[in-house]
Amino acid sequence: MTGACEILATRFHPASAPDYVPVPHLRDLQLSRLQAVVWRAYRNVELFRSRLRQRGLDPDDIRSLEDLARLPFTVKADLRDTYPFGLFASPLQDVVRLHASSGTTGKPIVVAYTQEDVNVWTSVMVRTFAACGLGKGDIIQNAYGYGLFTGGLGAHYGAEGLGATVIPMSGGNTDRQIMVLKDFGVTAICSTPSYFLHLAERAAELGVDLRELPLRAGVFGAEPWTESMRRHLEEAAGIQAYDIYGLSEIIGPGVASECACQAGLHIFEDHFYPEIVDPATGEPLPDGEEGELVLTTLSKQAMPIIRYRTRDITSFITEPCPCGRTIRRIRRIGRRSDDMFIIRGINVFPSQIETALLAVEGTLPHYQIVLTRQKGLDEMEVQVEVTPEVFSDKIGALEQLQARLLGSIEQVVGLRAHVRLVAPHTIQRSEGKAKRVVDRRSE
Amino acid sequence: MKIHQLSLFLENRPGAAAEPVRLLAAQGVNIRTLMLADTSEFGILRLIVSDWRKADALLTAAGFVVNVTEVLAVEVADRPGGLAEVIEAFENTPINIEYMYAFTFGRQDKAVLIFRFDKPDEAIARLREAGLNLVESVEVYGGLAG
Repeated sequence: MTGACEILATRFHPASAPDYVPVPHLRDLQLSRLQAVVWRAYRNVELFRSRLRQRGLDPDDIRSLEDLARLPFTVKADLRDTYPFGLFASPLQDVVRLHASSGTTGKPIVVAYTQEDVNVWTSVMVRTFAACGLGKGDIIQNAYGYGLFTGGLGAHYGAEGLGATVIPMSGGNTDRQIMVLKDFGVTAICSTPSYFLHLAERAAELGVDLRELPLRAGVFGAEPWTESMRRHLEEAAGIQAYDIYGLSEIIGPGVASECACQAGLHIFEDHFYPEIVDPATGEPLPDGEEGELVLTTLSKQAMPIIRYRTRDITSFITEPCPCGRTIRRIRRIGRRSDDMFIIRGINVFPSQIETALLAVEGTLPHYQIVLTRQKGLDEMEVQVEVTPEVFSDKIGALEQLQARLLGSIEQVVGLRAHVRLVAPHTIQRSEGKAKRVVDRRSE
Repeated sequence: MKIHQLSLFLENRPGAAAEPVRLLAAQGVNIRTLMLADTSEFGILRLIVSDWRKADALLTAAGFVVNVTEVLAVEVADRPGGLAEVIEAFENTPINIEYMYAFTFGRQDKAVLIFRFDKPDEAIARLREAGLNLVESVEVYGGLAG
C-alpha cells in the first residue's frame, strides 16, 4: 500500500504544487485570503453585512484564523431565501457562469462564477485528477450530468486543464456509455458511485468484462458511499476507485480529493478553509473529533460563502499523509446530518442499514428504506433486491436470508424492521444520486 | 439422468408468474411442468422446460434471477402405497428430500414425480438399489413416449 503510494506520488503535475506548500506558509496565505474575502462579502452582500453588524463585528476583527469562529454561519436556507442573486458579491456583468441545484423542496439555489472563479475551479479539478493519478495521455469519460448541475462542467474543465482527452458523455444512456468505454479505450471515468454500479451491472448483462478494458480509474463523488462499495467497484471493474468531494454552494466538485493512498480526502484548503463543528451546538471541535464540516471560500469572487454548514459528517485525519501533501485530510463522508431519519425516537443513517446488509450478503445489494406510519406507529421496511448469489430454489433458504437480514439490521440499528425481498431491477435506479430513503409517514 | 430445473424469484403480485411464461412461449420454449412455491410476499417458480439452456439465457437477459438445480424424475406406481415406496427408500439414509412435485404427465399405470434431493448422486444409487425407475432426461425434456 505505502509502496504503491510512494511510486504514484512521484508522478507530479505542476498544478499540484499548492498541495505541498509548507504549513506555516499555507496558514499565512489562508489568513490573508480570509481577511480579503470577509471584506468583499461585507462590502457587497447585504445579508452578511447585517449579520456582522448585529454581532457588533467588523471585518478588521479577523486577525487570526481562530477569529473565523466568531463569524456567523451560512446555511442552505440563506441561499434559497436570497434566490436568485441575493448573495452575489460581483455585478452580474462580471459573472460568466451560473449554475443551479435542483431544489427538491421549492426554489433551487443559484451559484455564480467570475472568470477568475472558473479558473480556480478548473485548477482544483486539475489537482483532483492529478491526485487520482491521471494526467496527459489519459482518456477520461465524464459521466457526470452536464447542465445546471456543477458536476459535469466542473469535471470537464478540470480534465481538459489536466491535458487529458475528455469524452463529454453526461449521465444516462448506459448502453452507449459502455460502448464508448470499450471502443474509445477509455482509461478513467467520472460519475456518481451509484451510477457506476448500475453501469457495471449493465456491462455484465451485456457480456462486457470491464476488467479486460484499459479502464483503470474511477473518480466518484456527489454522494456518500462506503469502503465496501469501493472494494466491490474495484473488483468488478478492475479499477482504482477514488472518492472526491465538493458541493455547488462552495464551488462544485473540486473541494477535496483522495490521493493514491486512498486514505482520506485532501481538502484544497488554500481555496476552501475547513472547520469541524458540533452539529448540535455549532462549536468548533478539537482536531480528530467527528462533527459537521464547515467550509469558507477563501478566493471566490462572485459568491463568497463564509462558514457554510455542509451537513456532511466527518473528521480531520491528524497524521500526515504518506503522499507528502501538506493540505489537511478529512475522513471520507459516510453520512450527512440531514440524511439521518428518526424512527421511534432512534436516529438512523442509511449507512447503518448498508453495513447491516453487507454483513449478511458480502456485497451490497440494491436496497431502499421505506418509512410508513401504521396505526400511529412508525414502521421501517427495508426492500432488498434478490441477487443470483443469494437466490436459492428453496423457500426455506430465502426465508432464512430474510431472517438473517432482519437480525443484522436489528443488531446494528437496535430496531426491528421489516425486510422484503424484491425482484431484481424493481428498485428505481438512479442515473444521478441514489434515493435510499422514501418517507411516506406524512401521507 | 439428472434433470435441469430452473427456479425463478417472483414477487407475490398479480401477473408476476405470467411474464416469464409468456416470454418462454414467445421464444418457442415448451414448459414441460411447473410448480410454484410461495409465501405471502414472494414465490419461487420452478420450471422444467424443453431447452433449459435457452430458457436460462432468455430469462436472465430479461432480468430474472434464475437458479439451475439438478433434480430427478422418478417413476412411481399409480396405486395406493406407490409414493410411500419411494419415500421409504430414503428412510434411515443421510439423503434428504428437499421437495417434490408431480410431473404433468404419467404413463400407463405409472406417475412421474420430480424429486429434489440434497445429494442427487447418492440418491440415484439408492433408487437403483431399491429397484425404482428413473426417467431419462431426454424423455422429460422432449415429452414422454407412449
